[in-house]
Amino acid sequence: MRSLLSFWASHSRELATLLAQHIVLVAVSTAVAIAIGLPLGIFAARRPRLAAPLVAVANVVQTIPSLAMFGFLLPVPLIGGVGARAAIVVLILYGLLPIVRTTIAGLRGIDPAVREAGIALGMTPRELLRIVELPLALPAIVAGVRVAAVVAVGSATIAAAIGAGGLGEYIYRGLSMVDPTVILAGAIPAAALALAVDGALLWVERRLSTRAERRAGFRAAAAAAAVFVMIVAGSAALVGRASEAVVVGSKNFTEQVILGELLAQSIERTGVPVVRRLNLGGTLICDRAVASGDIDAYVEYTGTALTAIFHQPAATDSTAVYAAVRDLYARTGRTLLPPLGFNNTFAILVRGSDARTLGLRSIGDLARDAGRWRPGFGYEFVERPDGYRGLAAAYGLNFAATPRVMDLTLSYRALAAGQVDVIAGDATAGLIRGLDLVQLQDDRHYFPPYDAAPVVRADTLLRHPEVRKALEALARSISADDMRAMNYAADVEHKDVRDIVRAFLAHR
Amino acid sequence: MPAIRFDAVRFTRPGERLVLDRLDLTVEEGETLALVGRSGAGKSTVLKLVNRMLVPDGGAVFVNGRDTREWDPIALRRSAGYVLQEVGLFPHMTIADNIGIVPKLAGWPAERVARRIDELLALVGLAPGEYRRRFPDELSGGQRQRAGVARALALDPPMLLMDEPFGALDPITRAELHAEFRRIQRTVHKAVMLVTHDMGEAFALADRIGVLEDGRLVACGSPPVIGRSVDPHVRRLLDALPGIPHA
Repeated sequence: MRSLLSFWASHSRELATLLAQHIVLVAVSTAVAIAIGLPLGIFAARRPRLAAPLVAVANVVQTIPSLAMFGFLLPVPLIGGVGARAAIVVLILYGLLPIVRTTIAGLRGIDPAVREAGIALGMTPRELLRIVELPLALPAIVAGVRVAAVVAVGSATIAAAIGAGGLGEYIYRGLSMVDPTVILAGAIPAAALALAVDGALLWVERRLSTRAERRAGFRAAAAAAAVFVMIVAGSAALVGRASEAVVVGSKNFTEQVILGELLAQSIERTGVPVVRRLNLGGTLICDRAVASGDIDAYVEYTGTALTAIFHQPAATDSTAVYAAVRDLYARTGRTLLPPLGFNNTFAILVRGSDARTLGLRSIGDLARDAGRWRPGFGYEFVERPDGYRGLAAAYGLNFAATPRVMDLTLSYRALAAGQVDVIAGDATAGLIRGLDLVQLQDDRHYFPPYDAAPVVRADTLLRHPEVRKALEALARSISADDMRAMNYAADVEHKDVRDIVRAFLAHR
Repeated sequence: MPAIRFDAVRFTRPGERLVLDRLDLTVEEGETLALVGRSGAGKSTVLKLVNRMLVPDGGAVFVNGRDTREWDPIALRRSAGYVLQEVGLFPHMTIADNIGIVPKLAGWPAERVARRIDELLALVGLAPGEYRRRFPDELSGGQRQRAGVARALALDPPMLLMDEPFGALDPITRAELHAEFRRIQRTVHKAVMLVTHDMGEAFALADRIGVLEDGRLVACGSPPVIGRSVDPHVRRLLDALPGIPHA
């Protein structure tokens, strides 16, 4: 509890920004969902034959898991990609169902005599809707908006996976650091926000549906709306500060977050504002984001770029690989800046105790008794051409068990806890030090080089020459030991990434 | 020229039996016509044909000498005040707003609307100061009916259409409202078309009574004429009246 409070205290500005982003995501998506869902509901309420299929479609949309929905939208132009825009599209889709459904139910629930009286009095259909039907259906509609908004608060936490920001940022960061404090730092405000939204709208709904308080209710609703607009406008101002900013992304593991922060702080030192979209997702998400312009820069590894992004056969000479990858990037409007200095190759890891008692030194040693090892790998390692299958062929590994597929970061813990026996981690992982793990030598040079280097959009470098200068100054400045130490500080000592990077830059 | 004239009107509900069959009738200005018949005799349909909530399948309905099909429906409905059995007051509006909504939509200035509301409340016997700001569910059934009549009279329309307006009330309240209605009608002098299943009500309120049976008008005349009728349908309705015990 104390660590949580001190985390909030030391991250108060960041917390405010993330909260503001979260509110903007929810407010914009809910507002658009109302703007679309209300007319749709009114339309459907008058055409019963249309209402059933419409609600059915909205129901199906609702059942698509939000993470999958973000995935579907990644390659879609205009509305897809990464960032707040794609997140808002997904949140709108989720908000539509409750609003459409309650609008239909609210309008259908009106006493037919009341509607008939309106017609007989000579109201036009439009007057009838405005004066009689909508006000009577309003409590039901507000109930739908309440559901939509609360769902949006929850789903918006997942939007952090595609770099939309918001409180989910802490949840993802906490997951990748395996630090419950950081997870709670995002989860608790998100839950509080959901409760606050729910409570506020429930209050409006109650006031609207009790007849005697109706007048007061409208006034109260107007006041609540005014306060809400002020909060949203403030949040938007906070979020929208930097439109000329350089957007820095990163993949979703600790080292990448540190490197993203490193790029960000280096750029900020030149006076150019930076928007951080760290913890985006895997390699392919970051690549797509930098190609589409959703982000301007992130750090990639040469071997990963060669095989996973450009689908070239793996190569082992690090200089040749760097040159090849730089040319491939240059052809697609992106610039690969000089390497940062360390090689984050895959590390085949075992427990220190196993290594010592069984005398394991190289990956080949695993082949002697392959049947006894239970491997556990991250999603990417299982899929990639330079991953598990090639490794098994190169070393003649025939594991008895099929590899358990698990989150990369969790696999270190799973190994230390004895749930699996072999994992493929990163050579620079801080946890290697913290959990007494041993890296087996790749004596057959199976793994290609994975030199870390910033990938930046060429047009961004043209606009900001000072950014190129600042990032080139990072060349060869980070050794594998430096990186492992920074990872250790973040993953094991739970230090704040911003502080770690600040200290590193200051020491240079 | 009669205010309302039905000329050989036929009406069929889609896929159902004939509701009205060659109906001829007239309502003169200042006259109250009561249409009496059993449930399902087509009484409410007759009213809805007048303000064009329905249009006839055959024949024509004339209001002020003009076929309803040639009227602008909004203008027609505003010149025919409508009082429903279920009243249909808007539950989310105060009594004043319920009465004032139609003049407001017709573009009256706010003070004129406010004056009209008070005038009408007084006319139907509801003290304006006490009832203006009440909501419909804070009123008794009889008070709601009075408010419904006030709303129908708001634009001072030349016609008043009343669909079982006093049906759901207890006998004493109903008798009070009957007296009230006769007083109001002496003041406003409208062409009133009233439908009811209660012959007693028709005798209490109407200048002329029409009897509907299976979509056809089987008798029409002044109360004494109807009272002496030997038509079996009319007799059946008359016999349903509670007998008054002799002293």
